[in-house]
Amino acid sequence: MSIDTLIEDFSFLDGWEDRYRYLIELGNKLPHMEEAKKREEWKIPGCQSQVWLIPHYDGQNISFESDSDAIIVRGIIAVVLDIFKDKSAQEILDIDVEEIFDKIGLREHITPNRRSGMLSLVDKIKYYATQVLKGHNEYSRVSSEKNL
Amino acid sequence: MFNVYDIRKDFPILNQTVEGKRNIYLDTAASAQKPAVMAERISRFYLTEYANVHRGNYFLSEHSTESYERARKTVQLFINAERPEEVIFTRNATEGINLVAATYGASNLHPGDEILLSRAEHHANLVTWQQWAQKIGAVLKYFDLNEDGSFSKEKFLSALSSQTKIVSVTAMSNVLGTVFPVKNICAAAHSAGAKVLIDACQFAVHKKIDVHDFDCDFLVFSGHKVYGPTGIGILYGKYDLLCNMPPYQYGGDMIDHVSYESTQFTTPPARFEAGTQAIAQVVGLDASLQYLMQFNFSEIEAYESSLTDYMTEQLLQIKGLKIVGQIPDKGGVCSFAIDKIHPQDLAFVLGKEGIAVRTGHFCAEPLVNLLGYTSLTRASLGIYTTKEDIDELIRALYKAKSFFE
Repeated sequence: MSIDTLIEDFSFLDGWEDRYRYLIELGNKLPHMEEAKKREEWKIPGCQSQVWLIPHYDGQNISFESDSDAIIVRGIIAVVLDIFKDKSAQEILDIDVEEIFDKIGLREHITPNRRSGMLSLVDKIKYYATQVLKGHNEYSRVSSEKNL
Repeated sequence: MFNVYDIRKDFPILNQTVEGKRNIYLDTAASAQKPAVMAERISRFYLTEYANVHRGNYFLSEHSTESYERARKTVQLFINAERPEEVIFTRNATEGINLVAATYGASNLHPGDEILLSRAEHHANLVTWQQWAQKIGAVLKYFDLNEDGSFSKEKFLSALSSQTKIVSVTAMSNVLGTVFPVKNICAAAHSAGAKVLIDACQFAVHKKIDVHDFDCDFLVFSGHKVYGPTGIGILYGKYDLLCNMPPYQYGGDMIDHVSYESTQFTTPPARFEAGTQAIAQVVGLDASLQYLMQFNFSEIEAYESSLTDYMTEQLLQIKGLKIVGQIPDKGGVCSFAIDKIHPQDLAFVLGKEGIAVRTGHFCAEPLVNLLGYTSLTRASLGIYTTKEDIDELIRALYKAKSFFE
């Protein structure tokens, strides 16, 4: 789903109940991460629920695999993954997630005062993008993990 | 006379709406809301009475010092200490525990000595002793609780030995609500030759602290949990012990005499209150404790206990809901899990319904994991909580269930 479609979908929803129901629907559709992959090193710290994020780098774009044990969080993850889907490192860094979350009425989930951990997830995605751009040590780690 | 609807008028924040809904605050165990008298006292103090304490010989400083030291006497009364000098102002309970570990602990504990904690300690107590034990080479031990979360005399006594030098336990678990038999723990620990530190953070909100009766060596609690300001905590220590403890921090007001080469430290409590203290918070805490002490603690206990029973009863009617810690005479907290609903998901919905509950591991991660969870939901009570608040919680939980099931 493209971000524009997502924004449009959310624009038809009235009130938090419908938005949450839609997030639950998106969360239900998000593929589950294999248990074996849910390792400590892929865990995003500081979340109230458990959130895992694994980067995959194909030499051009970075894609991400992510999961959580909370369903609304899974819905938010689905939105986040859509936002960053098939993007280069630079494109990832250029995206203003806050603006998009604002448009879909989920701003509260991406502000620092909400400890849902979604901001940490976005920060981590941008961190991996930065590492790829720098060509630093992390670069090889990110790419070597692509066959995880 | 204790009337919850009158009390609610003293807490302006409770009469606000959140997310367009009635504000239902069920997170007093994390931090209590504030009576207007406390905020007004702080405001008046800053606007008309303020100066630094223990410094100037001018009117305002003397007046400030008087208010500051009067607060110490209020705390002395609140916990029934023998003398005001046994009351030390800290930033919070965490700092109190750190102070004891870094001063008493560091100078009295030796490699191989044992520090005994319960399995239900808050990170403030657990992490502090864990790290100091590592630093000193002391052995950190834990005593188990019964399956239902209640205190086990046998398990405690079998973990206690002549090697035990410190027993550091909560008086009431912030997860299970278990009230620990503090007096018996102190007596047993003392006959084994150990000193006892009591974490009274949760206990202080619901029950009467009596350090004389407990016979504890140290006791800590935080101001913000007893309807007081943030940034202020209390450390009680037996005076003889305090006198033999080195300073925690160095600086102004904790000295008798300073030369370029050396310093002579002053007596407690000032020895442990280096630098300008949180004066306004101390004065605010005085107002909060005065407010709380106008009620009879047995009235508060009776009210909260019947409300806790009501909450427990109502929660257990929800299919798939499990309460951890179903112990008779427990304090006003209910930590629970609902089958197949993650606490964070639950909190999202409850939050939108204007209901404040805590989710996560409540700064007691090892205990929550031991109970078989990574996260729980907790509803906790204060003197302003009503039966209607509980009813709203239950209604919202049913709504959440319809959402996720």
